[in-house]
Amino acid sequence: MLAFILRRLGQAAIVMMAVALLAFVMFRFVGDPVNQMVGIETSLEEREALRERLGLNDPPVEQFLRFVWNAANFNFGISYQFKAPVSELLASRLPATLELSIISALLALVVGVPMGVYAGLRRDAWLSRIFLTVSLMGVALPTFLIGILLIYVFSVLLGWLPSFGRGQTVDLGFWTTGLLTISGWKSLILPVTTLALFQLTLIMRLVRAEMMEVLRTDFIKFARARGLQTRAINFGHALKNALVPVITITGLQLGSVIAFAIITETVFQWPGMGLLFLQAVQNVDIPIMSAYLLLIAFLFVAINLAVDLLYFAVDPRLRITRAAGH
Amino acid sequence: MKSGIAVALAAAGLSVTLGATDMRAETLRFAFQGSLNSLDPYTLNETFTLGMLGNVYEGLTRRGANLEIMPALATKWEVVEPTRWRFHLRQGVKFANGNDFTAEDVAFSAQRVLDEGSDLKTRLPADVKVEVVDDHTVDFITSSPNPILYYEWDTWYIMDKEWAEANDAVAPTTAADLTKGYAAFNANGTGAFVVESHEPGVKTVLKPNPTWWDTRNSNLTEVIFTPIASNATRVAALLSGDIDFMYPVPTQDLKRVEDNAETEALVGPELRTIFLGMDQMRDELLYSDVKGKNPFKDKRVREAFYHAIDIEAIKQKVMRGLSTPSALMISPFLFTYSDDFKRLDYNPEGAKKLLEEAGYGDGFEVGMDCPNDRYVNDEAICQAVTAMLAKIGVKVNLNAQPKALYFAKVLAPGGYDTSFYLLGWTPGSFDSWNVLHNLHGCRNEAGDGGPFNLGGYCNPKVDDLANQILVETDADKRNQLIKQAYELTTGDVAYVPLHQQSLAWGVRKGVSVVQRADNQVMLYHINIE
Amino acid sequence: MTDTVPPNVPTGTKSWWQRAAESDVLYSFRRSWLAQVSAVVTFVFVFMAVFAPWIAPFDPYDLSQVSLLDSLLPPVWAEGGDPRFLLGTDDQGRDILSTIMYGARISIFVGLASVLFAGILGVSLGLLSGYLGGAVDAVIMRLADIQLTFPAILIALLIDGIATAVIGGKGDAFTAYAVLTLSIGLSFWVQYARTVRGSTLVEKNKEYVQAARIIGRHPLSIMIRHVLPNVMGPVLVIATINLALAIILEATLSFLGVGVPVTEPSLGTLIRIGYDFLFSGEWWITFFPGLALAILALAVNLLGDWLRDALNPKLR
Repeated sequence: MLAFILRRLGQAAIVMMAVALLAFVMFRFVGDPVNQMVGIETSLEEREALRERLGLNDPPVEQFLRFVWNAANFNFGISYQFKAPVSELLASRLPATLELSIISALLALVVGVPMGVYAGLRRDAWLSRIFLTVSLMGVALPTFLIGILLIYVFSVLLGWLPSFGRGQTVDLGFWTTGLLTISGWKSLILPVTTLALFQLTLIMRLVRAEMMEVLRTDFIKFARARGLQTRAINFGHALKNALVPVITITGLQLGSVIAFAIITETVFQWPGMGLLFLQAVQNVDIPIMSAYLLLIAFLFVAINLAVDLLYFAVDPRLRITRAAGH
Repeated sequence: MKSGIAVALAAAGLSVTLGATDMRAETLRFAFQGSLNSLDPYTLNETFTLGMLGNVYEGLTRRGANLEIMPALATKWEVVEPTRWRFHLRQGVKFANGNDFTAEDVAFSAQRVLDEGSDLKTRLPADVKVEVVDDHTVDFITSSPNPILYYEWDTWYIMDKEWAEANDAVAPTTAADLTKGYAAFNANGTGAFVVESHEPGVKTVLKPNPTWWDTRNSNLTEVIFTPIASNATRVAALLSGDIDFMYPVPTQDLKRVEDNAETEALVGPELRTIFLGMDQMRDELLYSDVKGKNPFKDKRVREAFYHAIDIEAIKQKVMRGLSTPSALMISPFLFTYSDDFKRLDYNPEGAKKLLEEAGYGDGFEVGMDCPNDRYVNDEAICQAVTAMLAKIGVKVNLNAQPKALYFAKVLAPGGYDTSFYLLGWTPGSFDSWNVLHNLHGCRNEAGDGGPFNLGGYCNPKVDDLANQILVETDADKRNQLIKQAYELTTGDVAYVPLHQQSLAWGVRKGVSVVQRADNQVMLYHINIE
Repeated sequence: MTDTVPPNVPTGTKSWWQRAAESDVLYSFRRSWLAQVSAVVTFVFVFMAVFAPWIAPFDPYDLSQVSLLDSLLPPVWAEGGDPRFLLGTDDQGRDILSTIMYGARISIFVGLASVLFAGILGVSLGLLSGYLGGAVDAVIMRLADIQLTFPAILIALLIDGIATAVIGGKGDAFTAYAVLTLSIGLSFWVQYARTVRGSTLVEKNKEYVQAARIIGRHPLSIMIRHVLPNVMGPVLVIATINLALAIILEATLSFLGVGVPVTEPSLGTLIRIGYDFLFSGEWWITFFPGLALAILALAVNLLGDWLRDALNPKLR
């Protein structure tokens, strides 16, 4: 048990180091940081002094270790655009993105699972076919177009929902939340729907496939043979077994959802990290870019690790399957 | 463009007041396409940032609705000697933190704005001496007579010396700082509003300054500013009533905003001139298939480009009527004899002939740099220019990119890395000397001379005239000199001027605003009914 | 976003063309009208893309044909329409129908190129990983883990950001294609690698592979001759679904400013341009490219769906 956890932790550390190296290379070598910082009139001596002050003349290995050390202490430098510490900027934008992503993932689960179960149980029903085909629209139209169409219908034409932003937020000190106000919830509806659509399609199709797979396994056949009610079999046994991989994958997908939130945030002017990152890319604000990269990697690794440990706790046998790659 | 602010003599502030009752009382929800990154008034020489900060900070002067220069923190000023200006400061003014405004603050602000990290160094001559005469009198001593010394001081905001010293904000906030700049996140001005909260790129909340010295022509109790970068989202937010005021309204959406029962569009001429520039300095053109020479050094080629542009088509189709084709590099509102100048006609056949005479009968290839988020329809204009030049055989490879990247490439820090570009310019002083100096002055490779003369146009006679214009105090004589200079530059086809674009603001009905031709928002003139 | 979701692909023992020969696939194709329609639609798009220069009414890249005075014309049937422009014109006066044909060409090209890139990279790494095992396997699979950390959008934005910083500005069309192909491709390879690795692990212990090994065949030749054909079925399924994804992803990236130049637009770029005209009444500028993109993506997706079911006997 301990060995397994340690090995997983070790791997996570290696992944993080690799990402850190990437972020460092970007930070250090993509465009001269000094050029990004000073004006044209800055003399060569002043540039050299700044270079020295920033430690850019030290051996690369030393610089990298310092970068990692700083990153581990949440010190990512100062944003070129905002003249503020990147860690502060990211921290202030994190709640918006997490609330958006997590609620989207939940919505996709809550809607996608029943649809998938139905489509899996009644493969040939016309409703199943409609679910399948219509859900493809979620992956056949670019997210940004879906977002603006939702705004057009529900904000401009109907006037029901806000067209942008988070509405009224409540500052809890460490976290600004939109979940405690009505306007906050109303503001969530459109962006969450936009972001969830893609996930929903995936989850529905995954649940359907898993259900179909599970329903043909032996233990379901035995259950049938034992004369259990269809309802009990479908929901008591089949669904339970089909859901395990679904929840795992949804968890693992959270990293992608956060990244995909970049588009949703852009369309809805949602003040999250994605918007910050996109602006950083457009303005070549490298400290923000590399910090965001590290943060996404960290979230992904952390989620991955949590899922692994959870698996281990629930069912040690699964360890082998997962170790073999999913 | 780092052009700062404009003056407009005409274009009287347009004011709209339409009846509508609203429960949201006196909170103004306001959106702009860009964000307010820093509260430090010397960090970024950009129209929106300075305009927004102008509601919190004040200069010695300010500009009224018609852009006339008015007293603000200075009540009056006079020339004591040809090189010594005396400014009398307003008494009893307090900064938001309660400190008194004194001559020391002016001297400090002068020193700070000239600091190495400042982006607004052009507000004062580098060699100016500031002498504190008494608590409310300051002298500015220049090395030579300068009749337009204070023309841009409406955006040189005065900061509190004690506050800056106490908070380690004596030097302007720059990206080279390794710590968070205090002045970038906190403001302490004398203006009509104070900053309640500021989250860069997210939201900035302003509240009225209860101790403001001037009478307020506004009933706002709160201003919430949100940047909304996406045009479609910004328009949707206005149409759906989520915001009260926003700009710019994309030209194609003006009709929609007009037709909507709840909203209104305010359109007015802007002072900014949009133009095309050409590299006339390098011996071999970059991004071109012409090797060993530079076609733009030949006046006939520049003229051919000019003749190839169908400015009316751009006005009708791209700008939807919202532009004023221009023959000069300055708005007609800013120069008396503008009417004496006419654009070269649209004549693709003539253009082809000119190219042939110049030895480019088969055309040539050239790269064009263009911003895609800076001016009204900038990318679409560049695309249209590309198509028009194709018709005279010139193949233009368009490189349209966000302004941050664009400016980094084409301006001095990027080594003027461009062959052919689209740029906009508003003379910060609202005066022709600014245009002649910045856009037409001969420069070297480092940019000494005409710093924004990206193409390196050079005519020493124009420089001579500019030097005379700078010190000439007689208005008539000065205008004649300016006219002579423009005759030289248009004769040389130094640039291809395109048009002055229009301001397009969108407001919810019931909100009355005063539109200024320099596109600055004076929140202290906004009322909500 | 599916980059971490392994599609439900078969790992059957027979090669996919063996099965095709048995006419299973063909039979299922004949039975499924949805698959037939999708195939026809996909074919029409590919045809349009390949032959755009010959069948499109205009060449939107030839700017001497484009006139600003023709801009913003509605479709033929609407009031003010011009018979020359069936689906109307965009803000620059380009014929929408022609730009869609040329745009589909670019979208499909970028899609295919990135799928091919991902496929080759993923299959090779998967084969190596599965066949050699040990340290190679561990390294490749950890690389896959790292790769999964970065969703396609992030990769594309980063690669674009780096390219911009290195080149000092947006490059030409070629650079844009390279950035798109590389970034979309990089985010897809893991799926192939994992699938192929799994199948390889199964195959390599089969008797015929053991036999081939005993008679002294080179491992590379064994991999290519024996293992590869057996994993092509699932790879094909992944590739089809990825193609649809890649096309949508390209559109999304062009919205974020990473994309081909406006003068040579893809379907995604066309939608991005039309995005600005959504509220202004010129609906055709977005609508038709959007419709074309949706139909194309839908058809390819449905084809992938069908292929997956047809190749997976367990689900029948």
